[in-house]
Amino acid sequence: MEQVANQVIFFLLSAIIVVCSIMAVTSRRILRAATYLLFVLFATAGYYFQLDYHFLGAVQVTIYAGGILVLFVFAILLTSKLGEKSDRISSRKRAWGLLAAVLGAAICGYTLLTHDFFPSQFAQGGELDMKTVGHALMGMDKYQYLLPFEAISVLLLACIIGGIMIARKR
Amino acid sequence: MEYSYIILLLPMLMFITLGLCGHKMSHRTAGLLGTSGLFIITILSYIVAAQYFMQPRVDGIYPTVTPYHFEWLRFTEWLHIDLGIMLDPISVMMLVVITTVSSMVHLYSLGYMHGEVGFQRYYAFLSLFTFSMLGLVVATNIFQMYIFWELVGVSSYLLIGFYYTRQSAVAASKKAFIVTRFADLGFLLGILLLSYYTKTFDFATLTSGDVSLVGTTEGKTFLGISVASWAMALVFMGGAGKSAMFPLHIWLPDAMEGPTPVSALIHAATMVVAGVFLVARLFPVYVTTPEVLTFITVIGAVTALYAAVVACVQTDIKRVLAFSTISQIAFMMVALGVTTEMNGHGALGYMASMFHLFTHAMFKALLFLGAGAIIHAVHSNEMSEMGGLRKYMPITHITFLIACLAIAGIPPFSGFFSKDEILAAAFEKSAFWGVWMSLVAGLTAFYMFRLYFNIFWGKEAHHEHTPHEAPKTMSIPLVFLALVTCFAGFIPFGHFVTASGLSYTIHLNWTVAATSICIAVVAIALATWLYMKPNDKPARMAESLSSLHRWAYHRFYIDEVYMFVTHKIIFRYISTPIAWFDRHVVDGTMNLMATLTQSASYHIRGLQSGRLQSYAVVFLLGAMIIAAIVLYCI
Amino acid sequence: MIYYVVVSTLMFFAGVYGFVTRHNLLAILISLELMLNAVDINFVVFNRYLFPGQLEGFFFTLFAVAIAAAETAIAIAIIINIYRNIRNINVDNVDKMKY
Repeated sequence: MEQVANQVIFFLLSAIIVVCSIMAVTSRRILRAATYLLFVLFATAGYYFQLDYHFLGAVQVTIYAGGILVLFVFAILLTSKLGEKSDRISSRKRAWGLLAAVLGAAICGYTLLTHDFFPSQFAQGGELDMKTVGHALMGMDKYQYLLPFEAISVLLLACIIGGIMIARKR
Repeated sequence: MEYSYIILLLPMLMFITLGLCGHKMSHRTAGLLGTSGLFIITILSYIVAAQYFMQPRVDGIYPTVTPYHFEWLRFTEWLHIDLGIMLDPISVMMLVVITTVSSMVHLYSLGYMHGEVGFQRYYAFLSLFTFSMLGLVVATNIFQMYIFWELVGVSSYLLIGFYYTRQSAVAASKKAFIVTRFADLGFLLGILLLSYYTKTFDFATLTSGDVSLVGTTEGKTFLGISVASWAMALVFMGGAGKSAMFPLHIWLPDAMEGPTPVSALIHAATMVVAGVFLVARLFPVYVTTPEVLTFITVIGAVTALYAAVVACVQTDIKRVLAFSTISQIAFMMVALGVTTEMNGHGALGYMASMFHLFTHAMFKALLFLGAGAIIHAVHSNEMSEMGGLRKYMPITHITFLIACLAIAGIPPFSGFFSKDEILAAAFEKSAFWGVWMSLVAGLTAFYMFRLYFNIFWGKEAHHEHTPHEAPKTMSIPLVFLALVTCFAGFIPFGHFVTASGLSYTIHLNWTVAATSICIAVVAIALATWLYMKPNDKPARMAESLSSLHRWAYHRFYIDEVYMFVTHKIIFRYISTPIAWFDRHVVDGTMNLMATLTQSASYHIRGLQSGRLQSYAVVFLLGAMIIAAIVLYCI
Repeated sequence: MIYYVVVSTLMFFAGVYGFVTRHNLLAILISLELMLNAVDINFVVFNRYLFPGQLEGFFFTLFAVAIAAAETAIAIAIIINIYRNIRNINVDNVDKMKY
């Protein structure tokens, strides 16, 4: 029963992701595109929850949906008028984009579907507890990630300063 | 003679100085600088002449001296071009003539060109001309002569076109340059033929008799005429172009568009006799090809008659003088043409020709300078605007009369002696040429006095302001040249310049002399009767000979024939197709290549748009293709 | 569960399509986020299905999210600066430094 419910939810999320992704790149109103992106991100978070990575799902929701999307919305509101539609894309450009996208999707999809390398079920190891995550993040042993963590933090600091430098009025 | 190089160097320095710094000088400084330089080289050339003719004769002739000579360009064993200074009787005589006339013209121009725009440029060009003319006459070899020959052509071009804002002056300068260039093509071909067979450019070698053109071209003919004759005729063609021989004379009347002193210097006294000088310089070679000498005689005689007839009806005084110049140069050519040998009686013509060159330079310069003074006074070239000027311009009147008497051949003026020698030489050759040239001499006297009476006598034209005598700077040269004209005839010319170099005493052939004087007097009397008092006789005469008058007035339509040949035939049937071919086939090929390259790059340009998105598409498609190949084809 | 990967593929190529066709710089950035997100899904799914005992994919995604945040912040700062200078954010108009 749980299995079936999981599958239903999975297909629901998949439908949301596919439809909203396509809508996000084809909508001519930029604010709507951002909204569709928000839905995609939420659905992605749903995937993570389904895969029992609850922490990652929470991170996805807070950082992506809560942080980045808000930035996007601010930027959109600063740079375009409400209700403004972007110019129609020239058919030539659209044709090239479609060709690249469809050809890529076809090759990758065909390759994926003709090769069987996935177990249909993952081992139900339950969710990762925070302690494991915390240790892995702060440890200095093999398969532990203190150094990347610190590097990321320095990167974020640099980004803060850089962002201020770039965006401030002169 | 050690300082003879200064004669050549000084005018060149003057040209460089005036040409480069002239615009910073005042008119006065530039004029005085040019004139004083010219006087210095005049004195130097007199000294050189005195030294040269004072030196002892060797075997009865004056030795040829080459004070400077160096090899300039060596190509092969015998083909090398040298530069140097060669002094022999004719080049020394030419030095004297050129520097004298040139210094007089320089002095005269101070007054004549006073206040003109481009005064410094004028003096710079005059110096350039003097330099190149002097270089021409002292050339040691035919190639050096050719170089300076072209330089005088260029300076003549520059001076004819001095008033470059005037359309007619520009056209005249172009015409002069193109016609003489065309003739110089023949000259160059002649030089090549001559030096190919004789293996030398050197005048001394060519004229010494060591190499014989006729000998080396033995048996070689082209179109039935021997190669030796071809070579000498082609060289003569160059001379004919410079000396305005029929039918290459058309540029000279138009060249009168230049300032009058320039006409006096270049187009009367010095440059136009370069052709005569050239033939004289190579005369020992010409003597070996008698058919070319006959050719020269015929050309000269035809030109003399033609120019004299045309001069009789022209109304522009400078044109009358221009045709008179053509006619007189033709006299010199005829004199050279009738010379049959280097020594003895047959060589009289050579001496007569050089003598006439000398006297003609003086009196024709005088005539032109006088005409310049008249034009200066009445501001017009047309005879109808003049008349009765003798009261206002006494000095010009007297000097002009002296020159007219000289050119008409009245003793004791210089023209009589030299022209008489020419007539004697012509009679020596054959009675036909003698009678012909006597007739032309009569015509000369007639048209000169027609000019004289129309200017100084006849009906007094209405002048806007009273004509006045020219300033001192202009009248001094007139007086000086008039004095020379009076006394130059008594120079024992045969003592200095003869074909072989041996001294030759001139004996007046009194039969010939008396005939020529009679003819001249009759012609003058006719002119007096027709033109001295205002009357309608000239008009009636023109009426009765209307067709001849019209033809002569339009110079027998020679210019129109040239125009027809060049425009209607050459331009239309040769130049136009060539131009078409050039424009459509030659240019077309280039344009096609350019268009192909351009369109190819235009289309390729799209790839380098700089748009990141296009790059991304291409990159992705490429990646996909590689992925597909790697996954499914390998 | 191959379908996770199929979905992420579709998402990725939707992003590609948006990236090469849109004019608006922000829309391009949105497309970029889509592609990044598709890759994140892949990491997580591979980690969970193929190597359930390890955490490499997990942490890679975690760091990728952090870097995406940083990258977005900088990109938006730049875009706003461009907007200030040329009053629009059309990618075809940003060519001052090209020529």
